[in-house]
Amino acid sequence: MFSLKHAALCAGLAFASTAALAAAPVKVGIALDISGPFAASGAEARDGFNLAIEKLGGKLGGVPAEFLQTDFAGNPEQANQLVSRFIQSDKIDFFTGPIASNAALAVAPRLFAAKVPFLSSNPGPSQLAGKQCNAFFFGQYQNDTYDEAAGVVANAAGYQRMMLVAPNYPAGRDHIGGFKRTYTGQVLDEIYTKVGQIDYAAELALIRSSKPQAVFAFLPGAMGINFVKQYVAAGLSDIPLVAPGFTADEDVMHAVGDAMLGVKNTGHWAHDLDNPANRDFVAAFRDKYDGRYPSVYAAMAYDVVMAMDAAVREVKGDVANREAVVAALQKADYGSVRGAFRYGANHFPIQNYYERVVAKDAQGRMTNTLVGTVLKEHQDAYVGECKM
Amino acid sequence: MNTIFVIEQLLNGIGYGFMLFMLAAGLTLVFGIMDTMNLAHGSLYMAGAYVAAKVHAGSGFFVGGVLIAVAITVLIAFLLEMVIVRRLYQRDHLAQVLATFGIILIADDLVHALWGPSPIMAPTPAALTGPVQVLDGLPYPSYRLLMIGTGLVVAIGLYLLVNRTRLGMLVRAGASNRRMAEFMGVRVARVFSFVFALGAALAALAGALMGPISAVQIGMGESILIPALVVIVIGGIGSIRGAFVASLLVGMIDTAGRAFLPPLLRAVLPPTLAADLGPALAGIAMYLLMATVLSLKPAGLFPARS
Amino acid sequence: MSSVPLSSQAVSRPRASAPLRFAPWVVLAALAAIPLVAPAFGLDYYIEFVRRVLIVTIAAASLNVILGYGGMVALGHAGFIGVGAYTVVALVDAGFDQVWLAWPLAMLAAAGFAAIIGAISLRTRGVYFIMITLAFAQMLYYVAVSLSTYGGDDGYGIYSPLSLGWFEGWHPHMLYWIVLALAAAAFALVGRLAGSRFGKALQGIRDNETRMAAMGYPVFAIKLAAFVGAAAVAGLAGAMLAVNNAFVSPSLMHWTESATLLVMVVLGGLGRRWGAPLGVAVWMTLAEVLKLHTAYWHWPMGVALLLVVFFAPRGLAALADRRREAA
Repeated sequence: MFSLKHAALCAGLAFASTAALAAAPVKVGIALDISGPFAASGAEARDGFNLAIEKLGGKLGGVPAEFLQTDFAGNPEQANQLVSRFIQSDKIDFFTGPIASNAALAVAPRLFAAKVPFLSSNPGPSQLAGKQCNAFFFGQYQNDTYDEAAGVVANAAGYQRMMLVAPNYPAGRDHIGGFKRTYTGQVLDEIYTKVGQIDYAAELALIRSSKPQAVFAFLPGAMGINFVKQYVAAGLSDIPLVAPGFTADEDVMHAVGDAMLGVKNTGHWAHDLDNPANRDFVAAFRDKYDGRYPSVYAAMAYDVVMAMDAAVREVKGDVANREAVVAALQKADYGSVRGAFRYGANHFPIQNYYERVVAKDAQGRMTNTLVGTVLKEHQDAYVGECKM
Repeated sequence: MNTIFVIEQLLNGIGYGFMLFMLAAGLTLVFGIMDTMNLAHGSLYMAGAYVAAKVHAGSGFFVGGVLIAVAITVLIAFLLEMVIVRRLYQRDHLAQVLATFGIILIADDLVHALWGPSPIMAPTPAALTGPVQVLDGLPYPSYRLLMIGTGLVVAIGLYLLVNRTRLGMLVRAGASNRRMAEFMGVRVARVFSFVFALGAALAALAGALMGPISAVQIGMGESILIPALVVIVIGGIGSIRGAFVASLLVGMIDTAGRAFLPPLLRAVLPPTLAADLGPALAGIAMYLLMATVLSLKPAGLFPARS
Repeated sequence: MSSVPLSSQAVSRPRASAPLRFAPWVVLAALAAIPLVAPAFGLDYYIEFVRRVLIVTIAAASLNVILGYGGMVALGHAGFIGVGAYTVVALVDAGFDQVWLAWPLAMLAAAGFAAIIGAISLRTRGVYFIMITLAFAQMLYYVAVSLSTYGGDDGYGIYSPLSLGWFEGWHPHMLYWIVLALAAAAFALVGRLAGSRFGKALQGIRDNETRMAAMGYPVFAIKLAAFVGAAAVAGLAGAMLAVNNAFVSPSLMHWTESATLLVMVVLGGLGRRWGAPLGVAVWMTLAEVLKLHTAYWHWPMGVALLLVVFFAPRGLAALADRRREAA
């Protein structure tokens, strides 16, 4: 029998549950590379995340948020395990964090099936831009675009005969493919090195005997450090190096030292980009972290949290409505550290790419300085394959 | 493909070979004489690299940095030996692998806590940053010439130590028959500690010298452990001569594989196949060599024990 | 000093007391109940965690056979796991999505590779055997990294789940029970093996190969058979991992994975039928818990290893022995 007591109970429950809903924090799963092959970049990303979290007072869009940061050691299998836990146990509303493409590809299907938006804080594999594109993925840049920009830089500098170097794995081949897409000169040779190779003397001798005008090298992390050090030691510094930003970022340059000065590289962000969000970010970063300059990984991590903040504010805290969240994210209605940009049909950005050069700042500190804009409002090459 | 190119690659092969020799020498000593599989050799190498890099970057003294690195690593090795490794001599290889693997894990976190996760700066000594004109038209990195020189000195020194000194004789006696040597009054435990410390010193020297041309970071020890193990297996465990020959062999074959194989394959096979096959083959050249050697001589080229 | 630990005496132990004899059935029942009980407590994630542990246990059990019973320290076992996983990838790429086709083919592929690798490696002894098995696994790893058709280093994502054939659609957690059934079968097999003729011959070879050869046993053939059989089971585990993760990458085959598998088996107890399950469960749970609380999770695992080497050298499963003997 329906009674007043029942009505009161129901009303009470309804009130309690809405109150509970309103009070439930937004949960963000962050899979970090603290150990493993990308530990250095992962540490940078963590610093970027923490800076943003601190700036927003631990809230997203004014709603309290919980950021679950866990190490997955750069291992795709562990990433998978971690994301399972994030989705099933912690019930996250957003996901971000991994540095490498293989981890992103490993976890993407699960996240898409669970309708959790995956905001990339670095990886931009061609699969997710093209054939396997998905509304729940938001890229920072597509891997090849850095190299396409490098190709334009090489053309503009008048390098007509070049040698290309990359490690022998799909990302390496993609990066070289991206470079060749825009480069108009002659490719003397493509050298593929072993993943994790320590000694590059043989390849350097090949370079020397072919006498190119410049060398394009995609060698991230430790490989880049080894290569550049040995490049200079072999007396090849007369032959300019052109690289996508990863080969010449903060972690690499500080381990290489002055040998790195003058290396031209490309990227979708530079610390001296002139927009208010970026000025704030760089100042706050240097203030919090002993005067060091942020690398692109820190910038992307910070940017991701800001994007989430804007999206949550747009949906007024109702993150359970995932379609609305995706629509909000797509608007990209926030002050990004890279300036204005918009998303293409495949949820990869259409944005500018810049040329930077490794130089010393006024205080004698080595960092990347902006040279100019190479590609304006550039879109990736895979959007045509996306059937979204 | 001209003479200069070939000579340069030859030098490269030798250079890489000597690099491997310095790594392998310490490992084969410990393994050969105490029959102990010491995976933590890589961590000692890492310690040497880190300390040398920090001292050099801080003070500007390269040789001083190397000496301090070796001294500190030897100290760490003494402690390690007293507390853990000493108890592993009588155990089976599996226990040794496990225990030293555990040491690697602890060392990695320790370095992470001390110096952070990013690779650190290991500067090349100012006098050796540029190349030296070895031949007309062939500038060769002077630092590598230093490494080749050091490798040669280490090889000769080890040979003399093991074969021409009384200490070396004691070491060989303790290795071939511990009981008998003990009965004869040899303090075998002391000898073993000395050998372990010597192995650590060699690892630290290798690390300190490799720093300027490679990445000094956590996990650098694990990445050289495999090449070092491959070298000592090919050469025959316990044999310094074997390690020497094997490291030069591996150095040359690896370099030749990377230098000459891709153009060779491109001349013979269709381009896409050559592009896939070349680097893959070059990558596994060292393992193919080991498999071949072991199938013909199952105990390596110069087995120290019969 | 031999490469073979003399401690794995799997056969001559006092008959277990009644409660201990029923332990496997109790554990099986408890594990089978998990998918039914866990959702009630919101612990759905642990169904998948336990499933993963069970799959790794199958691989570890196969390593336990050749290591514990056969004394063959193989540091390349993860290579066979990888072969199994990539067989599934190759079949999915070609359009076949039946689990009951993929898994046996994966076992066959792994066995095939093992036959070749074993024929070469088993000519060597001791540390040379360790190194050559490592070398072959690394070769497989580098080949997988270079193969762009199957994703290379990026890995291969399996976007549509494989069909469980006749069992398809029975229950959302059907895969868990299939995995559990296979893990239980592996456990039973390892238990039976110790007392079987083949098992005894294998242990005899481990203890004194010359004597066995003198007695007329075909030593090489027995070792090769064990090696190939273990590889086939490892291939099955790899194929199951591929289905479990819906993703395969070469990092499955890296030598550190082989080393970790070795560690788990020794931790649990060599040559003991509870060795693999205990070792895998303890190691994986420890890693999971530690990672939740700290970024520095490597050193406690390192300390755990040292403790096992010095205080529980015959593994965790043997700790129960000592207590019984003392009582």
